[in-house]
Amino acid sequence: MSTTCQGPAIDVAGLTKTYRTGRGAPDVRALDGLDLTAAPGSVLGLLGPNGAGKSTTVRILATLSAPDGGTARVAGHDVAREAAAVRRAIGYVAQRPVTDPMGTGRENLVLAGRLQGLGPRAARSRADELLRRFGVADAADRLVKTWSGGMARKLDVAVGLVHRPRVLFLDEPTTGLDPEARAAMWAEIERMASGDGMTILLTTHYLDEADRLADQVVIVDGGRVVTSGSPDALKDGLRGDGVTVELDAAHGADLAARAAAGVPGVVDVAVDGRTLRARADQGATALPALLTALDAAGLAVRAAGLSRPTLDDVYLARTGRSLAEANRAGAREETAEAAA
Amino acid sequence: MSAPARTARPARTGALVQAALLTGRQARQGMRIPVFMVMNLLQPMIWLLLFGQLFRSVIEIPGFAGGADVTYLEYLTPGVVMMTAMGGAAWAGTTFVQDMERGVMDRFLASPTSRGALLAATMAWYALLACAQALVVVGVAWLGGARFPGGWAGVAVMLVAVALLSCLFAALSGAVALLTRQQEALIGVSQLLTIPLMFLSSAVMDPSLAPDWIAGVARFNPFDWAVVVARDALQGFADPAAVWGHLALLAAAVTLMGALATSAFQAYRRSL
Repeated sequence: MSTTCQGPAIDVAGLTKTYRTGRGAPDVRALDGLDLTAAPGSVLGLLGPNGAGKSTTVRILATLSAPDGGTARVAGHDVAREAAAVRRAIGYVAQRPVTDPMGTGRENLVLAGRLQGLGPRAARSRADELLRRFGVADAADRLVKTWSGGMARKLDVAVGLVHRPRVLFLDEPTTGLDPEARAAMWAEIERMASGDGMTILLTTHYLDEADRLADQVVIVDGGRVVTSGSPDALKDGLRGDGVTVELDAAHGADLAARAAAGVPGVVDVAVDGRTLRARADQGATALPALLTALDAAGLAVRAAGLSRPTLDDVYLARTGRSLAEANRAGAREETAEAAA
Repeated sequence: MSAPARTARPARTGALVQAALLTGRQARQGMRIPVFMVMNLLQPMIWLLLFGQLFRSVIEIPGFAGGADVTYLEYLTPGVVMMTAMGGAAWAGTTFVQDMERGVMDRFLASPTSRGALLAATMAWYALLACAQALVVVGVAWLGGARFPGGWAGVAVMLVAVALLSCLFAALSGAVALLTRQQEALIGVSQLLTIPLMFLSSAVMDPSLAPDWIAGVARFNPFDWAVVVARDALQGFADPAAVWGHLALLAAAVTLMGALATSAFQAYRRSL
């Protein structure tokens, strides 16, 4: 048992990285002093919109890319100075498929195992074990290009696991999967996290995914950590409950917002079409008061409800925009970059 | 549950074993596209037939190398062998481009896989493929009446030159792939580089009958070095010093290009 098991499995401080785009375009600051830590055996969810710096962080931690500044240690080894030791300790599942489409599932796994240092027999039995465990044994000897998206993504994760890494990086493991395949992948990740004592760093732009899988969530935006903590702690950090009111007609939006803002204990009022959202320290007393105020303003209400805050609320409160909106903006930026 | 990770640390796989495993992967990929294999064998046949017929009478020009002792088919065969080897290896970077388009290259680079092994596997596969093609070309030429006094020893030395030339261009193609990440750039290597190199050499025509500058360029053309080795070896080692000297030059070029291509992995990493 080496000393490397005692400290954090992932320890990142002050990471910076700038991409020079050239041709007169402004440089892109992908990471702007990012810090994070993950305890051994935990699942760390890196949550943020497209272009927030999630993949850049993972690529630096997997020794694929060099940071401009800051330090990063994985499984106790410095990613810059001890890259070889880091590579032996990690599994890396990129955002893009990591398997060879012109090889069978079994060939992909056996080759990955052999390259990672397993002997021929050990690699074959490990491949069999993973094919069974991920429920893709029936397709084992078919070329991966004939596999469905969900099956191929499971194989990607299996390839990352073949040598039983101490730290596994999953870069957007469920992006592009249909809901059924996503649910299956979640179950698989939960099983991995509880069974093997492995540390998992998972990037996602799905809030429900981070909420369900991660012990610790780090919300990143613009290459910086916006906030971090366990999903529950993050939600508790928000004041009070979410209040949602469905208005009968959209035209009264301004009036509704003004009426709601005047109710004591109601804060963070936002109206989007017919939906009014706000937060209240004590939802149970604020809601009747809010309904009375709306009624007094002559606005009819269709439905009203209280909810525990979600990670979506955390993201909105910390960054001032919803994650879906940020993702759309990030996607537009990427399209513009690709066109340039 | 299986043994915990920390007590079952896998041993390391040496770079040579890694290269062999990755060569096996390339071979499986290649064999699974039968069209690719057929094209690879058809192309040299077309060249042999086309050039053999088109230029048949150049051998009668006074002063043509070998003179009356050598038929044009015998003169041409080593040229076609090397054209096939160079033309095939120029596309070697395709595997890298495909691996980079997917996350396969990133996975390899984030694992203990040696960069040298990744490159060596590509070089080895194209060298093997080119050697098999060379044997077919020589066989067809023999059926067509060509005779090679160098015998099996000549063929063996020719294969060494085929392997070295393939490795040289596979490394070049791999380096271009890593630096540009674009299949289009490989078209550039294959069209803009290999075709001029073919004609600035003794492959289809004795350069002593061409303008002086062509003979001058040919002396520095690695493709011509390989043609010179193969022709002299097949024709019975009339000039052993030229054979060994050019083989040494080719080996040096492969070493240099291999080192350059391996360092291109660093450039790819910086671009991430």
